[in-house]
Amino acid sequence: MSALVRFWITHERELATLVAEHILLVAISTTIAVAIGVPLAVFATRRPRLASPLVGIANIVQTVPSLAMFGFLLPVPLIGGVGARAALAVLVLYGLLPIVRSTIVGITTIDPAIRLAGVAMGMTPRELLRHIELPLALPSIVAGIRVAAVVGVGSATIAAAIGAGGLGQYIYRGLSMVDSTVILAGAIPAAVLALVVDGGLLWIERQLSTRRRARSRRGAIAIAASLALVALIGSAAFTMRSPNAIIVGSKNFTEQLILGEIVAQTIERETGLPVQRRLNLGGTLICDRALMTGDLDVYVEYTGTALTAIFHQPAAKDASAVTAKVRDLYAASGRTLLPPLGYDNTFAILVRAADARARGLRTIDDAARVAPSWRAGFGYEFLERPDGYPGLAQTYGLTFRSPPQVMDLTLSYRALASGQVDLIAGDATAGLIKGLDLVQLEDNRHYFPPYDAVPVARAATLLRYPQVRKALEGLAGRISAVHMQEMNYAADAQHENPADIARRFLSSFTRP
Amino acid sequence: MSYRLASGAPILDDVSIAVGSGETLALVGASGAGKTTVLKLVNRLLVPDAGDVRVQDRDTREWDPIRLRRSVGYVIQEVGLFPHLSVADNVAVVPRLEQWSEDRVAARVRELLDLVGLSDDAYAARFPDELSGGQRQRVGVARALAADPPVLLMDEPFGALDPITRRQLQQEFRRIQATVAKCVILVTHDVAEALALGDRVGVMEGGRLIWHGAPDAIADAGDPRVHALVQSSFPVARAETPPRSS
Repeated sequence: MSALVRFWITHERELATLVAEHILLVAISTTIAVAIGVPLAVFATRRPRLASPLVGIANIVQTVPSLAMFGFLLPVPLIGGVGARAALAVLVLYGLLPIVRSTIVGITTIDPAIRLAGVAMGMTPRELLRHIELPLALPSIVAGIRVAAVVGVGSATIAAAIGAGGLGQYIYRGLSMVDSTVILAGAIPAAVLALVVDGGLLWIERQLSTRRRARSRRGAIAIAASLALVALIGSAAFTMRSPNAIIVGSKNFTEQLILGEIVAQTIERETGLPVQRRLNLGGTLICDRALMTGDLDVYVEYTGTALTAIFHQPAAKDASAVTAKVRDLYAASGRTLLPPLGYDNTFAILVRAADARARGLRTIDDAARVAPSWRAGFGYEFLERPDGYPGLAQTYGLTFRSPPQVMDLTLSYRALASGQVDLIAGDATAGLIKGLDLVQLEDNRHYFPPYDAVPVARAATLLRYPQVRKALEGLAGRISAVHMQEMNYAADAQHENPADIARRFLSSFTRP
Repeated sequence: MSYRLASGAPILDDVSIAVGSGETLALVGASGAGKTTVLKLVNRLLVPDAGDVRVQDRDTREWDPIRLRRSVGYVIQEVGLFPHLSVADNVAVVPRLEQWSEDRVAARVRELLDLVGLSDDAYAARFPDELSGGQRQRVGVARALAADPPVLLMDEPFGALDPITRRQLQQEFRRIQATVAKCVILVTHDVAEALALGDRVGVMEGGRLIWHGAPDAIADAGDPRVHALVQSSFPVARAETPPRSS
């Protein structure tokens, strides 16, 4: 609990921004859902035959899981892609059902004598709607808005997967760091927000449905409206960005968050241009698509990943050949590959540092000599991948005392450190390599394909802002695998903020 | 005029009657006799299948329905006051739709609440559910009269009230009608009420107007159905005053 409070205090500013983004997402999407849903429902009450198919469609939309919905919308022009716009589209779709349904119920349950009185007094359908039907349906409509807003607060946490920000960022960050403190740091404020929204709208709903003097009801609505407005303007001020900001993205794991900050802060420092961060995007393909559509200007990719996952080419071994090929492929689609940052985030064959010293192990060839008396532990993926264990064993003639044990990748680091196994295949930049005093053996036969970390940017952005290219070229070769291990360690084991880690790293080297 | 349901069942069959300005026509009959249908034809909530309904010498089909309805006050049995509006705002609905100035609206509301005996300012600010049944009916009448329509339709206006309040409101109605002199069509199932309030009385049964004439001529009506209706309404009077005609 105290760790959680400490996390909030040290991340005070970031927390405020995320809460503001969250409120803004829910407020804007709910407002749009009302603007669409209420007229739709009124239309449905005028054409009763349309009402049930309409509610049926809205029901079906509601049952699509939100993550799947973001996936569906990814390739849709205008509303799709990544960022707040796509998130709003999904949240609006979710908000429609409760609003449409409650508006229809509110209007159709009005006492027929009251409607007859209105018609007989010579009200036009529009006057009847404005003076009689909508005011009388208002408590029911507000009840629908309440449901929509509360559902919206929950769904908006998922919007972090496509870079729309909000409290979901902490939840995703916590999930990728396997750190429940960070998950709770996002989940608790989101739950509190949901309760506040629920309570606030319930209060308004009660004010509207109890028989009160018009003046005091109007007062209640005015108070609620001005509070909402203050919250909105405050949130907007927090999340406002200048229109020509450079948008920096990242994938959703620790190293990428730190790299995203390094790129963002470098641009801020070197060019003075405003930078918008869309970190924690839910995967390689989301980042790639965002870069295509202009939702991102730059993010850091790995050459081997770009070659196989983005361009669907067979894996290759030679680092410079891979880099050259990926550069050409990117150039053909309007993107520019900037110089590599200096480390290769490949598979790392790891042993205990003590063993390496005692037996003079430096390369995998060295390890192959002693391996027959060792046990190995590998993640499931490494055992299965074409560039994983079978090829490795063949290339180096590796054999172990017993067949390698299958274990969770994260647990395998600890299994090695505690002596349960003697060799594992980890991530070259994992913070735990440093934290658990492990050593990476050199892939002296170049078995693993290269995964050099490289910034990729939109060519158009670099043309418009040549200073951005210059700034990012300044990062070339600056980040070693050890640097990256240290930074990952600071984030994963010591719970430091990626932004602070990046800042410290950048100030540690003076520019030439 | 005639009016049929979509199913073809006649609701009104060959009804013909005229009401002049300052005159009150009271239509009486059992429920389902077609009384309310007559009212709805007048303000064009319904349109006749055959024949015509003329308001101020114009066929209702030629009227703009909105203009027509604003020229015809309508008091319905359930009152139908708007629960989200105060008494004053309920009365002010049509004047405001007609875009009267607020001063004029306020003056008119005060005048009408005086007329229906709710002159205390406290009433104006109340909401319908804070009123008694009789007070609600008074507001309903005030609301129907708000824009000074030449025609007033009243559908069982005193139907849901206790006998004392009912008697009181009937007297008030006569006083009000003497003041405003509208062309009034009043529908009731109560023969005594029809005889007390109508300048002329129409008796309806099964969608037909089976008799109409002055209240004091009803005893002379030749139709036995009219007799039956009258006698069923005055079980005591029947013993006291035997029928004058054979």
